Amino acid sequence: MGLRGEAAIIGIAEWKPERRSSRPRRFTIEQWAELARDALEDAGIGAREVDGIVTTAVQETSRFAPATVSEYLGIPVNYGEFVDLGGASAAGMVWRAAAAVELGIADVVLCALPGDPVPEPPVVNDAPADPFGVSSSALYGSPQAEFEIPYGNVAQNVPYAMFAQRYAAEFGDPTRAMAKIAVDQRTNACAHPAAVFHGKPITIEDVLSSPVIAEPLRLLDIVMPCSGGAAVVVANADVARRARHRPVWVKGFGERVAFKTPTYAENLMETAIAPASAQAFAMAGVTHADIDMVSVYDCYTITVLMSLEDAGFCPKGTGADFVNSRDLTFRGDFPCNTHGGQLSFGQPGRAGGMSHVCDATRQIQRRSGDNQVSDCDRAFVTGNGGIMSEQVALILQGD
Amino acid sequence: MDKPLPLPTPVSQPFWDGLREHRMRIQYSPSGDRWVFYPRLLAPGSLADDLEWREVSGAAALYSFAVARVPSAAAWSDSPPQLPAIVELAEGPRLTTELVNVDPAAITIGMPLRPVFYDVPDGNITLLRYEPA
Repeated sequence: MGLRGEAAIIGIAEWKPERRSSRPRRFTIEQWAELARDALEDAGIGAREVDGIVTTAVQETSRFAPATVSEYLGIPVNYGEFVDLGGASAAGMVWRAAAAVELGIADVVLCALPGDPVPEPPVVNDAPADPFGVSSSALYGSPQAEFEIPYGNVAQNVPYAMFAQRYAAEFGDPTRAMAKIAVDQRTNACAHPAAVFHGKPITIEDVLSSPVIAEPLRLLDIVMPCSGGAAVVVANADVARRARHRPVWVKGFGERVAFKTPTYAENLMETAIAPASAQAFAMAGVTHADIDMVSVYDCYTITVLMSLEDAGFCPKGTGADFVNSRDLTFRGDFPCNTHGGQLSFGQPGRAGGMSHVCDATRQIQRRSGDNQVSDCDRAFVTGNGGIMSEQVALILQGD
Repeated sequence: MDKPLPLPTPVSQPFWDGLREHRMRIQYSPSGDRWVFYPRLLAPGSLADDLEWREVSGAAALYSFAVARVPSAAAWSDSPPQLPAIVELAEGPRLTTELVNVDPAAITIGMPLRPVFYDVPDGNITLLRYEPA
């Protein structure tokens, strides 16, 4: 069942995240084109070889996103896919691209996630489309409009705090382990010049004394939204063999979509990461001991803790001990989010999810510079959309 | 900024009508012997077309909660901290609510709760809040 591992990531593009973008404002489709150009240049492949695109929503249209992108790029495709999995979109795009390649319907597939601000319209419409944020639909008939928004269960901080509260009640207070995740990832960011918090080390005390946002989540447990963008090129073996860098084969994946609002999860403490990861490992035919580094979606520190448990790197309920006894830095015994994670690299919208794919790809291609993990051949990557609602796991591997 | 209020739909109307009378009616699927929240047209999971409205006490246990020191949206900036919560009804389903009449420091997961029917002034709608039982 599943992929044969015959499609590879052959090129990446990643714009430096910025808290205030210094790049000229471009529309989403313009950013798409620039990211595509950069990723193809990285791969050493011409645009005319592209015959597949995978996109998420583009800001300039509410419908027909793949066709809009294809037309704008001037690249007709055999495979025009739309992915709407929030933070899991990036990982979800990668496996879909690999599947299209293995089916033989496309040879070279572009996956891009623009995350820079777009130009302001000359006439500003002051009614926001999503007054309570993109996670909470206020439209008539939306279950969130009727049963969540009126009680203030909106955005991300509150529902992720609910995960952390329940975790503490069932398994013990994870606060210190959460802080250590933030600290180790910051150490990684300090070895990654593109990270938004490069050059700004922190201590566990710094995390624990940062302001409480939604108990027990503190400011330094939470991602920093910023601008940026990322893209990858996925191609078949023939193209991969003549690409510029070491091919990074997509050996396994799993995906699980279970709910929109955590209130309706069957069990808040058994996340969709578990079945997604189990499928990815089974498909790749590898075990946890075979993994050289992990790049785990980290909108919050609690997300990392629960992801490591549910992905099977440690038993349920022991994540705090695992994190406290391991060194999660690039030079440690369990390298995790070596780019700093989104917590310290920055979260350029949905491109934040692609930062984990790029992190793992750079490691396997031995292009990570100061934060290179020695002898890195195999990586485990996750994407997490919504409030732990949509999970994708990938296993990536060099030759 | 006014707090956003729910707009009942044709399917959910009996739930909101119940709250207006300070009673709680939720759906039940006889074929699945399963209580359902939030209101659906067909039973979740089985898609059985047998949902019926039944009255419940509203008694619940706290499943999880947040103490939001920073408001989750501007509409709540007048009254920190917000206490949004997930509660589990005795019948099984969970729902989102907010806790009232409780000291944030005294909130513990699993604590028994009872409904507070809050008639929104001029709102023509009643919200379902919870307090310690």
